[in-house]
Amino acid sequence: MHATDIQTLRTLIAKHKRYDILFGIIGLLATLVGVITLLALFIDLVMGGYGRLTPEFFTNFPSRRAEEAGILSAWVGTILVMLVTVAAAVPMGIAGAVYLEEYAPKNWVTDLIEINVTNLAGVPSIVYGLLALGLFVYILDFGQSILSAGLTLALLILPVIIVATRESLRAIPVAIREAAYALGATRWQMVSDHLIPYSMGGILTGVIIGMARAIGETAPIITIGALTFIAFLPPLPGTIDPARNMPAGPFDWLFSPFTVLPIQMFNWVSRPQAAFLENAAATGIVIIVATLAMNALAIWLRYRIRKNIKW
Amino acid sequence: MTEHIHPEVGPLKAETKAFNFFYGSNHALKDINLPVGDRKVTALIGPSGCGKSTLLRSFNRMHDLYPGNRYEGGIMLYPDNVNMISKGVDPIEVRMRVSMVFQKPNPFPKSIFENVAYGLRVRGEKTKSLIEDKVEAALRGAALWNEVKDRLNDLAFNLSGGQQQRLCIARALASDPEIILFDEPTSALDPIATASIEELVAELKEKVTILIVTHNMQQAARISDYTAFMYLGELIEFSPTDTLFVKPRQKQTEDYITGRFG
Repeated sequence: MHATDIQTLRTLIAKHKRYDILFGIIGLLATLVGVITLLALFIDLVMGGYGRLTPEFFTNFPSRRAEEAGILSAWVGTILVMLVTVAAAVPMGIAGAVYLEEYAPKNWVTDLIEINVTNLAGVPSIVYGLLALGLFVYILDFGQSILSAGLTLALLILPVIIVATRESLRAIPVAIREAAYALGATRWQMVSDHLIPYSMGGILTGVIIGMARAIGETAPIITIGALTFIAFLPPLPGTIDPARNMPAGPFDWLFSPFTVLPIQMFNWVSRPQAAFLENAAATGIVIIVATLAMNALAIWLRYRIRKNIKW
Repeated sequence: MTEHIHPEVGPLKAETKAFNFFYGSNHALKDINLPVGDRKVTALIGPSGCGKSTLLRSFNRMHDLYPGNRYEGGIMLYPDNVNMISKGVDPIEVRMRVSMVFQKPNPFPKSIFENVAYGLRVRGEKTKSLIEDKVEAALRGAALWNEVKDRLNDLAFNLSGGQQQRLCIARALASDPEIILFDEPTSALDPIATASIEELVAELKEKVTILIVTHNMQQAARISDYTAFMYLGELIEFSPTDTLFVKPRQKQTEDYITGRFG
């Protein structure tokens, strides 16, 4: 090859490589937008609300005096609502996913259901709120209660759990299914002894990511009528129900009025006084930390459970 | 229950009679008549796509797991003379009597012990001591006991490929099957592991009837008593292994075993 040819070749390569670098920079910037926004938001929240994160903030009920107000009823409400959500969404989600993946005949009805499940994940949460208002609050007469809220959020995260479960079911090799069948297992034995245990990592990840989404949901809970000012705790078992002045039954709390963290935050944001904004920021920190902690837990669990499984 | 005797093979454990298999509209196996001698090793050989694995997987009704498959004719199981592929016979019942070892070792992501015990658990066996005895016997039968007896609770994935395959054999053995189907059991293994599996097959036939698919003709010659050569979904020739490899009756068999095609 002639020297001049090599020169042109090198110029050409150098020119092409410039696009490489260019895209590298654009890509990095695009990635950073997300990271920096989250970081900025978080720093802003911390600056605004850090001073309010005292132990009393977690043990006080909301109050008209900003400096005495706390999030006790909100975080207890959030935990109880999440409890109902998980109890309803996890069995339903796993059952739905296992059915679609292992039992459903491959025909157009199944295809239709599949498309619907995928689309459910894209339905705006306020629409779920409207549905829940009609179904749970009025038709089933659960009232504006923890039960209604928990079931509403369960519907909301159901597609997330179904999709995550199906993905981890699909990752299990056919050879494992055939090995179980070849030993004389029925379909249910195969599912319960093998598929579900082996896909637990993926299922748990889906559950936690779904919960991380549900914990911050405000719109559907406002729609079903959660109260914004609650200065009492739901009648938990073992406590005295103040409304009836007698020991609370094991399920009384399900029908109690409630509030949750994002609603408490929303309530404080809409107050004009700056001190309440500080409370709102502090609540925001609690929600974000809870969400990030759940995501971290999901990653750790996936890693832990996948360690024993190689495919 | 009368004994079923084949003029060439002697007492039979199973037999396909005018057996046909369809995958959708594809006629995959055509009019197969194959005797399976009791406690003998019968090898199925032939080029890729000849239907040997399809035939093997008919013996435990694996095809029932997938839609669009259809059997015709009979696969008789002796001595009770039942047609395993007839509609009235539950495939699960067939699989409890006819177990299978697959091409690639496919242990469950469970402990060594639980892998072997699974067949018993499926049968509802709860007695701990009985399960332990059967697991030990099966692991001994698969020549794996001495290697794993101190780490039965280890994950099966921590075993080597050859050990995993012997574990799969132990798993198939634990529930006392009448027939074991081997689907190219050594194709994923190195020569040493292959030799140990072949040795094992030779020992197992004392107790159990074996049907093995292999694409390795030397393997068929080494371990089997009878060999069936299949081509394009048809059974071309069935003979005692020595005869088939030394004096094949059919031109196609000769062409295949001398390496002219396949």
